[in-house]
Amino acid sequence: MTAPVAPPATTEPGQLTKETYRGRIHPDWCPGCGDFSVLAALQTALFELGLQPHQACVISGIGCSSNLPGYVNTYGMHTLHGRALAVATGVRLGNHELKVICAGGDGDGYGIGGNHFVHTMRRNVDLTYIVMDNQIYGLTTGQCSPTSVKGMKTKSTPHGSVENPINPIPMAIVGGATYVARAFSGKQKHMVEMFKGAIQHKGFALVDVFSPCVTYNKDNTYQWFNPRVKILEEQGHDPTDFHKAIERGYQWGDEIPIGLFWRRTDLESLEDLEPVLHTCEGPLAFRPLGISPEQAKGLIQELL
Amino acid sequence: MNKIDFAVGIGGENGQGIASTGNILALIFARRGLHLNAYNAYQSIIRGGHTFLTIRASNGPVRNMGDQIDVFIPLNQDTMDRHLHLLKSGACAIYDKDKVTPGKAADGVQLCAMPMKELTKGNKLAVNTAALGATLQLLGIESEPLETVISRQFKKKGDAVVAENLAIARAGYDYAAQNFAAFSWKAPRGAKPLGIITGNQTIAMGGAAAGVKFYAAYPMSPSTGVLMWMAAHARELGIMVRQVEDEIGVMNMVIGAAHTGCRAMCATSGGGFALMSEAVGMAGMIETPIVCIDVQRAGPATGVPTKTEQGDLWQVLGAGQGDYPRVVVAPTNQLDLFHTIPELFNLCDKYQCPGLVLSDLLISEGTTSIDPDDLNFQVKIDRGELILPNGNGNGANPASGYNDKTYLRYKNTPSGISPRAVPGVPGYIFTAATDEHDEDGTLISDEFTNPQKRRMMVEKRARKMQGAIKDIAPPKLFGPEKADVTLVGWGSTAGVIREAVEKLAGEEGIVANQLAIKWIVPLHAAEISAILGRSKNVILVENNQSGQFARYLRSETGFAAHGHIRKYDGEPFMPHHIVEAVKAQLAGQTRLSVPVHEVNA
Repeated sequence: MTAPVAPPATTEPGQLTKETYRGRIHPDWCPGCGDFSVLAALQTALFELGLQPHQACVISGIGCSSNLPGYVNTYGMHTLHGRALAVATGVRLGNHELKVICAGGDGDGYGIGGNHFVHTMRRNVDLTYIVMDNQIYGLTTGQCSPTSVKGMKTKSTPHGSVENPINPIPMAIVGGATYVARAFSGKQKHMVEMFKGAIQHKGFALVDVFSPCVTYNKDNTYQWFNPRVKILEEQGHDPTDFHKAIERGYQWGDEIPIGLFWRRTDLESLEDLEPVLHTCEGPLAFRPLGISPEQAKGLIQELL
Repeated sequence: MNKIDFAVGIGGENGQGIASTGNILALIFARRGLHLNAYNAYQSIIRGGHTFLTIRASNGPVRNMGDQIDVFIPLNQDTMDRHLHLLKSGACAIYDKDKVTPGKAADGVQLCAMPMKELTKGNKLAVNTAALGATLQLLGIESEPLETVISRQFKKKGDAVVAENLAIARAGYDYAAQNFAAFSWKAPRGAKPLGIITGNQTIAMGGAAAGVKFYAAYPMSPSTGVLMWMAAHARELGIMVRQVEDEIGVMNMVIGAAHTGCRAMCATSGGGFALMSEAVGMAGMIETPIVCIDVQRAGPATGVPTKTEQGDLWQVLGAGQGDYPRVVVAPTNQLDLFHTIPELFNLCDKYQCPGLVLSDLLISEGTTSIDPDDLNFQVKIDRGELILPNGNGNGANPASGYNDKTYLRYKNTPSGISPRAVPGVPGYIFTAATDEHDEDGTLISDEFTNPQKRRMMVEKRARKMQGAIKDIAPPKLFGPEKADVTLVGWGSTAGVIREAVEKLAGEEGIVANQLAIKWIVPLHAAEISAILGRSKNVILVENNQSGQFARYLRSETGFAAHGHIRKYDGEPFMPHHIVEAVKAQLAGQTRLSVPVHEVNA
């Protein structure tokens, strides 16, 4: 067996190709999973935005979709179930020059991670949150999720769910998110545009993606979504109209809107508002440690 | 120079200004150069209830609240009734003659009834000030220091308030001179002026010295003082401080910031730490250094939020599922907290693991005198094999291309330590995963066929502690090598046990020595076994019911202590509790002593 030959090292940023963003391993999702489309759309968006791999950090929680960071060649973190946004906030504040993209599922983000979801939105942390919403718990083999529709039969609701689902779109709009969009794995080109807008947006951006689970969700399938989804951009929706955004966000049934529901650019992000980040010293993570003798003297003076 | 040691006790309802009165007194003593220790026994209510502050001062070292009160200031009847019986001959009680009636006091206790309405001209809020004046008179301290501190304390409230309080302090001072007998001794002076500080402040300052750039917390007594110090100094020192929605978010956010290369820290109490514990395991798994302080309070559940205990040892030892390396340390006093935080950050950076500090209400909220020269902020910083984009890390940057995908973040090395790049460095792309992963960070948890790799990674992480123990000082025996009894404690009890050892020798003719244990994980089991193996009688002293450290000691060394002194009523040990228990155990009366806290219920 011969040792693997390392590719020639370059000390200059290489020419970016779509290949650049391919991770070290291939996804182990079920064939036909909606998440493949999300991964491809994210890689395309990163490529089209010209982001160097070391300038981005993709952060996930736990679940089928949360395996995504390992499939993208950027810095990545595959954290705990429900905690991606809390970790990501720490990453953004530690190094506010990184583009941070969070990814995960509906159970991860709207269920166990619900508290962080609400508070990360109200803080308007400058990051992109992609939720691969398949309305089911896939990795645990098919239980009800926070977005499972009422009446849905799953392994944990054999007689049909009696609970109302979360509707993440209006929730995000009133929760303080400043970019709220929805995409569908069956419309990849549209999804790329939603992602690019989200990554470029300054503030908290949610993209909820209908990403069908072909194994455990027999109700909300590609076939079910395909005739129903209608692209807001093709319908002249104004994403600065709050009431219209809420109204379209609640729409469900024969016609389900996808696209950019809501965007506002008048709110500063958490990072903008924290003076500690604006001292021209770069990211906190790379600043010298410790305090000066003058500062120490001042601290001691307070004790005397 | 004769050692003079005295204590002032002030009690009343929450909201009667006991803390600020105590602060004035502590500052006066410290500026005089006296060493001091102040402990506030209080309740979890903002107004009402009972709170009792003990300030003990001396020209020699003061390591705990002591055994007796010399000046007793009951601001209400309730306080008088609860504490008067504890005063011994020579002590005095200062009180408002119109509001408070003394009960039966011991012979030789001076009852100093003051006409407070007259002295304060009816200002009920200024009774404390008049009592302070009288206290200084009895202690033989001149009035100028009181005037200086009062002027500073009330400055914000305007000149009129300052003038009024100065007049009232002077009235109290003069009234005491004319009507009461001063102590036969005078409060001494120390070598140089000292400051005052709490343990929560030393934790925060230790963090600042270590270079903490990110601090997050959810308010929880008795750890909130760290958050308040950090928030007040954040902008001046360039520290990002966040109050987070819950402790789960706190620990995850701290890990996120630490992952980018910041030194990141958080403090909480047992309940908050319970919420953090899964994420502490993440820090272990993705090998991200963080420091978390658990300021213990009496548990379980909500427990007694304003009372002290050493009840979280096993929680911290077992935090998070699975095996992973962690460093656990229980500093022994406020100054030790200051020195330990930077040392722990160095260890955590070097071994890329979480560092957990066990403080408690006693030392975190307790005030001590501090010599400014002992607070050296220019500490040694060792960041281990860290790779930063600007070369500020001291890890070697092996030549690597921009996007060559060859970096092994979790490289299996003889030390278990792998070179650690952070996001933002070109050419070191990797994913940090909480799933078990290979050397390059890719998941092996989904692989059916890889028990060898799993074992390799578990052992790689575990191996780091073999190096860490060499960087940690083993505990040392205090006192004579040969003794009748060896008192073992951990963390904050070191000071009170030390005094008990001295009292046993000085007053009871019992030769005792002391083994104070600070570094809990990794534990110097061999050294501890050797020391304790030479002792004929080992008594373990701890502030909990089940003997948590006794069990840990037995699990790590096989050594079972001969006797136990345990206190779990929410209040800390006083020296006489330990002295009396040791006497009873040496007399063969018991092997488990549970000292009674003597305040009337």
